[in-house]
Amino acid sequence: MQIPRIPGAGLVKGMGVTLATMVKTLFRPSRYLATVNYPKVKETPVPRARGVIALDPEACTVCMLCSRQCPDWCIYIEGHKEEKQPDKPEGRVRVRSTLDRFDIDYALCMYCGICVEVCPFDALFWSPDYEYSETHMGKMLHDQDRLTAWLATVPPAPGLEP
Amino acid sequence: MVIDQDLVRHLSEASVSVELETPEMTLNIGPQHPSTHGVLRLVARVDGERAYDVKPVIGYMHRGYEKLAEVRTYAQITALINRIDWVSGYANEVPFIVAAEQLMGVEVPERAQYIRLILSEMARISSHLVFNASYPLELGAATPLFFALRDRERVLDLIESVTGGRFHPNFNRIGGVKPAYGSGPTTKKTIQDLPRGFLDETRSAMDKVLATAAELEALVAGNEIILARTKGVGVIPPEIAAAYGLSGPNLRASGVDFDLRRVSNYLPYDKFDFEVPVGTNGDCWDRWWMRLQEIRQSARIIQQAVDSIPSGPLQAKVPKVIKVPKGETYVRAENPKGEMGYYLVSDGGLGPYRLKIRSASFSNLSILPWALEGILVPDIIAIMGSLDFVLGDVDR
Amino acid sequence: MAEFFSNDWVQLALKVLIAALIIPVVGLVVGFAELKLSAKMQSRVGPYFAGGRWGWAQLIADGIKFFQKEDLVPADADRPVFKWAPALVLMATVAVLIPIPFAPGVSGADLDLGIFYALAVSSLATIGILMAGWSSANKYSLMGGLRAAGQLIAYELPLVLAVVGVVILAGTMSLDGIVQAQAGWLSERGWQLGMPFVFVQIVGFVIFMIASLAELTRIPFDMPIAESELVMGYVTEYSGFRFLFFFLAEFANMFSLSAIAATLFLGGYWAPFLTEQQLQFAGPFILFAKIGILVFAMIWFRWTFPRLREDQLQGLAWKWLIPIALLNILATGVVKVVA
Repeated sequence: MQIPRIPGAGLVKGMGVTLATMVKTLFRPSRYLATVNYPKVKETPVPRARGVIALDPEACTVCMLCSRQCPDWCIYIEGHKEEKQPDKPEGRVRVRSTLDRFDIDYALCMYCGICVEVCPFDALFWSPDYEYSETHMGKMLHDQDRLTAWLATVPPAPGLEP
Repeated sequence: MVIDQDLVRHLSEASVSVELETPEMTLNIGPQHPSTHGVLRLVARVDGERAYDVKPVIGYMHRGYEKLAEVRTYAQITALINRIDWVSGYANEVPFIVAAEQLMGVEVPERAQYIRLILSEMARISSHLVFNASYPLELGAATPLFFALRDRERVLDLIESVTGGRFHPNFNRIGGVKPAYGSGPTTKKTIQDLPRGFLDETRSAMDKVLATAAELEALVAGNEIILARTKGVGVIPPEIAAAYGLSGPNLRASGVDFDLRRVSNYLPYDKFDFEVPVGTNGDCWDRWWMRLQEIRQSARIIQQAVDSIPSGPLQAKVPKVIKVPKGETYVRAENPKGEMGYYLVSDGGLGPYRLKIRSASFSNLSILPWALEGILVPDIIAIMGSLDFVLGDVDR
Repeated sequence: MAEFFSNDWVQLALKVLIAALIIPVVGLVVGFAELKLSAKMQSRVGPYFAGGRWGWAQLIADGIKFFQKEDLVPADADRPVFKWAPALVLMATVAVLIPIPFAPGVSGADLDLGIFYALAVSSLATIGILMAGWSSANKYSLMGGLRAAGQLIAYELPLVLAVVGVVILAGTMSLDGIVQAQAGWLSERGWQLGMPFVFVQIVGFVIFMIASLAELTRIPFDMPIAESELVMGYVTEYSGFRFLFFFLAEFANMFSLSAIAATLFLGGYWAPFLTEQQLQFAGPFILFAKIGILVFAMIWFRWTFPRLREDQLQGLAWKWLIPIALLNILATGVVKVVA
């Protein structure tokens, strides 16, 4: 830590830094700008970003594990049992759980990802989509259709470092 | 005509008193104040510009994590505790996980330890960059804020690319880091190992962090106004610092060479070559300087770790339902703000019986009444900012 | 037509109209420059949404927003003082511009004591700040107002003393006369090079700029506002269009003090190799260009430096600026007498 000898040298040095940044940003904005014009230009989040939880209703077996493990209980699941007739006449009648309601209250969700992690049948996924804000807190409760629609935005997993 | 006797006495006294009488007033700084990183309230008795009897009033941010931890499972606690000090979320998780692992007797794979170490040091860089952003702002300079936050974004992007979260990674699991999850028929879920290109990006990001450190030094370090505002202001002698339980850069700025990264073995720091910067005067300037130097040292550690990261599994064998055996332990870690410790008592259940959280900011803040006695109002802000506490870390 | 414009009352009305327009226009231009330039210094985009391109309408939108806000007066406030303080600050800004010559012989009023008047009026703004701080019935505002008062007393002296050197050299206190003294004209011997006083009075110029920054309560001398210590200082309790007044006054004040500095030290409307007839038209633009340079410097300081402490600010004024300014006067006087 050297203290400058000439009084004011540090001030001039600091002014040099701001001026250099200004000139660089004015003439090479594409390289030196740190921010983007948000609604016009959007940054792409990383594939693993925890933006929103997407649901694959076909895979869900209404086991309620995610709902029970959620630290703030923001997942609401309802289902009923359906009898599935056997394909062959000698087969047994199978009971299959069907999903009636799968709501996530994103006003409560703390994006910990435990639900995605505990799901034994790969029904839940993280999607990096983040543009689902609402003007009213109650509207943050998103239903099954909305969650299923997000499934399309789930990116493929990134490759791994050896 | 009614004569106000008090006024007469006051006037007669004022006329004979040698010094000018000035009425004192009580000044509330906070809890809604633009410079108190959060909701700290300071009640000061102010005589002109001089402040006396400064009392910090805390608790506006109390979220009850210690109690909450008693009714949550271990997996859920990891998601909670990275919200304690939100500026360095990842570093909060590590000591807790290490405490649980100690009780369970789990040996963590080396690669997982390296990942923990890299991300912890990234959290340190991000926390210190926030300090380097906010401290000049408190002294009135707005531009360092943007330079520092610009590069913090690079570090946070790296943390996010691994963990999926910028501030609240929730990436540690007992026995290692986040394992491969999902055994179902789909292939979308995969191993949560480092994503491809992470190591290269880290290398280039560390170079940029070092460049920013140089830029911040040019913008701030030589600046005569900053020097005038911080040199010799808020001097904390080493014995006082130790008596108040200061830790981390604040303690080292006072000249006490104590770093848990060297003392405790919660992460394999002994494999790396790094220096622990130690200050001499214990003033605001030293505290600022410590943190700038620690950014450089952390970048150095990360560069070494990235070059020498071993391959191997990310998770030790642990049962699917985690129950920590009966017992108690205390694990402390060198967090960006100072010593962060978890005293974990387990009765063998799904969650801890009791979890005492020793947070660095709480102890660092406790020196405020001592440090702020009889100083000027602008120095309150200079000293408070230099101690670098986060109110979430104070109140928990 | 010419007769119509030479009527005194018509001229007065025109001048009032220009004065009424110049504050918002200047405030908007300078404010917008500050927004954009500070953004570039911090590698940001800055305002970009309002008005389409470059976000040019940002400050107009801000102004409209301020007019929609409720005009709050604190219950304990001294109402008339509270209400008049912003107007006084703005008024001082307008009044400073009156004697500034924009072209040879063109000014609001060419006063014989022009510089004396301008400096006297410019410190009225600080009275307005003190009024605002005192009447708000708020502790932060009070401290801000008192700091402003201390600053006024400390920095009014170097400001005036820095000008004395120029006045000695020019031999007049009329601003037009000072510009004429710096100018060089086409004479029978060819072009005479003018000599802006910044070359001989560099010390005075630096002191004048430092003191005017303090006068403006801008960083590094923004203790009366000091948002990290005093919330917003004397403007804490202001809202709506009264806040807008302070906001405009800050930017307009930057303009008017830069105008004085440009006139005194940089040669005002004069530029070399232009005849008096050409300067009639080019003068205002030359002056605005010089003002622009000074305003840019102020913005540049604002976004580079932190603020001083109150005692350091006083120490700077009394221990350094005033003695140096006095020495400068002495040296100037000696040189003037000897040479």
